Amino acid sequence: MTYRWDFTPLLDNWQALAMGAVGTVRLFAVCLVLGLGFGLIVALARRSRWRLARWVSIGFIEFFRNTPVLVQILWFYFALPMLVPVEITPFTAAIFGISLNSAAYSAEIYRAGIQSIEPGQWEAARAIGMSGLQTLRRIVLPQALRRVLPALTNRGIEIFKMTTLASVVAYIELLHQGKLIASLNFNPLEVYTVIGALFFLFLYPLVRATYALERRLARSD
Amino acid sequence: MDTPLLRLAGLDKRFGDRAVFSGVDLDVKRGDRIAIIGASGSGKSTLLRCINFLERPDAGRVILNGEPVGAERQRSGGTETRYDEGSLNRLRQRVGMVFQQFNLFPHMTALGNVMEGLVTVKRMARAPAGERAMAELARVGLADKAEAYPAHLSGGQKQRVAIARALAMEPEILLFDEPTSALDPALVGEVLDTIQALAAEGRTMILVTHEIGFAYHMATRVLFLAEGGIYEQGTPDEVLKAPRRPLTQAFIAGHRRFSF
Ligand SMILES: Nc1ncnc2c1ncn2[C@@H]1O[C@H](COP(=O)(O)OP(=O)(O)OP(=O)(O)O)[C@@H](O)[C@H]1O
Ligand SMILES: [Mg+2]
Repeated sequence: MTYRWDFTPLLDNWQALAMGAVGTVRLFAVCLVLGLGFGLIVALARRSRWRLARWVSIGFIEFFRNTPVLVQILWFYFALPMLVPVEITPFTAAIFGISLNSAAYSAEIYRAGIQSIEPGQWEAARAIGMSGLQTLRRIVLPQALRRVLPALTNRGIEIFKMTTLASVVAYIELLHQGKLIASLNFNPLEVYTVIGALFFLFLYPLVRATYALERRLARSD
Repeated sequence: MDTPLLRLAGLDKRFGDRAVFSGVDLDVKRGDRIAIIGASGSGKSTLLRCINFLERPDAGRVILNGEPVGAERQRSGGTETRYDEGSLNRLRQRVGMVFQQFNLFPHMTALGNVMEGLVTVKRMARAPAGERAMAELARVGLADKAEAYPAHLSGGQKQRVAIARALAMEPEILLFDEPTSALDPALVGEVLDTIQALAAEGRTMILVTHEIGFAYHMATRVLFLAEGGIYEQGTPDEVLKAPRRPLTQAFIAGHRRFSF
C-alpha cells in the first residue's frame, strides 16, 4: 500500500494552525511562569517554621502530584462552576490544571535543590549578619536553582507538552486545531506528523537555550 | 574600660540529653587573644558557635560590651531567654567568624564574597563596598585574585578570602574555628601569617586550634576544655608548658610526643 502524502490541506489551513500555535505558546508561557513560580512558594512553605504552612504545602503537593492533569482540567472546567458561581473559560481551566500540577512537581525539585546546599553556606551567611531571607535570596537560591536547572528544564518541557491536554475542553491550541483539520480533510497522517514536528521545532531551541544558560552559570566552576 | 568586650556567663549547651558543657564563664577584654584547645568532641566548636548563636545556648548569657544578648522572660518554670532574629543579626555583625571549611560562597568571586555583607547587610552602595572589599583583600594579600571564583583558589587563598570577608564587617571580635585544619601542610603557614598579622594589630580574637605551637606564640590566654567545661586556663606558659591538671598534662604530652 502506498500512501500519497498531501500537505495542501494543511497549507490551506495555515491560519488555523497559526492560531493554534499562538494558543499553545500563550498557555505554555502562562503555565511556565505560574507553575514554576508558585512551585517555589510551595517549596518555601514546606520548609517554613510554621507547621500549618508545612501541612498545607505537603497536602497541596501530594494532591496535585497524584491526580491526572487531564482530570483536573475537566474538573475545573465542568465541576468547579457547579460549586461556585464562576465562569471558567477553557483557557482558565487549562491554566489551573497545568500550573497547579507543575507547581507540585517543581516544589519538590526546589526543595531538593535547597536541601542540597551545605549547612556551611547558611552558617557563613548568618555569621556576617544576613537574615534568613537574605541568605535564601543571595546565597542559597542562586546555587540551588543552578543545580536544579536541568530538572526545571524537564518540567518546562513537560508543561509545553501538557498544553495539548487543554484540547479536551476545546481550548484552541495546536493539537485542537490539528484534530479539526484532520477530521475535515481525512488526513491524520500529515496532520499529526506536522503537529509533532511543530512541537519539536518549538521545544528544541528552548532546550538549547537552557543548555547555554547552564554553561553561562557554570563559569564559577 | 573595665566592662569586658565579651562575657559568657554560665553558658550551658546540650544536644538531646548529652551535655556538651555547662556553666562556662569567660571574660574577654579588648585585645585578648584566646586559644581554645581540647580533645576532639570536647565542645570547642560548640562553645565558639554559641558566641555568635549559630548554636543556641540552653542557659546562660552572652554579654557583649555590657549588653546581654536576648531578653529574659519570666516563665512558670523559671526564667527563659528569648532571642529575636534582628538582635542576633546585629550581634553577628560585631562578631566575625572564620570556619574550618572556609564556606566561601562559590557562586561569587573573591571580591563578591567580601562585598556581600557590606552590600546586603550594611546596605552600602556597590562602588564604596567594592573599594572596602578590595582593601580587605589587599590586607590578606589577595588583591590580584579579586575576580577569581573560589573553585580557582587554593585552600590557603580561600581561607584568606574568608578572613577578608569577616574583616569587611569590621567586627569587634574574630572567632576562628580550626582555620588551618582543612589545609595542606604547605598552605598552613600563609593563613597563620595572616592571623598573626591581625594579632599584631591588637584585634580581639578567639581561636580554636590544634596548632599548639601557634597557640603558644599567638595567644594571650589559653583555655583547655574537658569534662564539660573549661578544665584549665592560664597564660600559654602556664597551660602549655606547665599544665597542672592531669587531663591537660596528658593532652599536652600527646601533642609533644612527635615534636622535634
Ligand atoms: N548539631 C549537633 N547535634 C548533636 N550533637 C552535636 C552537634 N554538634 C556537636 N555535637 C556533639 O557535641 C560534642 C562537642 O562537639 P564539638 O564539635 O563542639 O567538639 P570539638 O571540640 O569542636 O571537636 P573537634 O576537635 O573534633 O572539632 C560532640 O560530642 C559532638 O558529637
Ligand atoms: Mg570542632
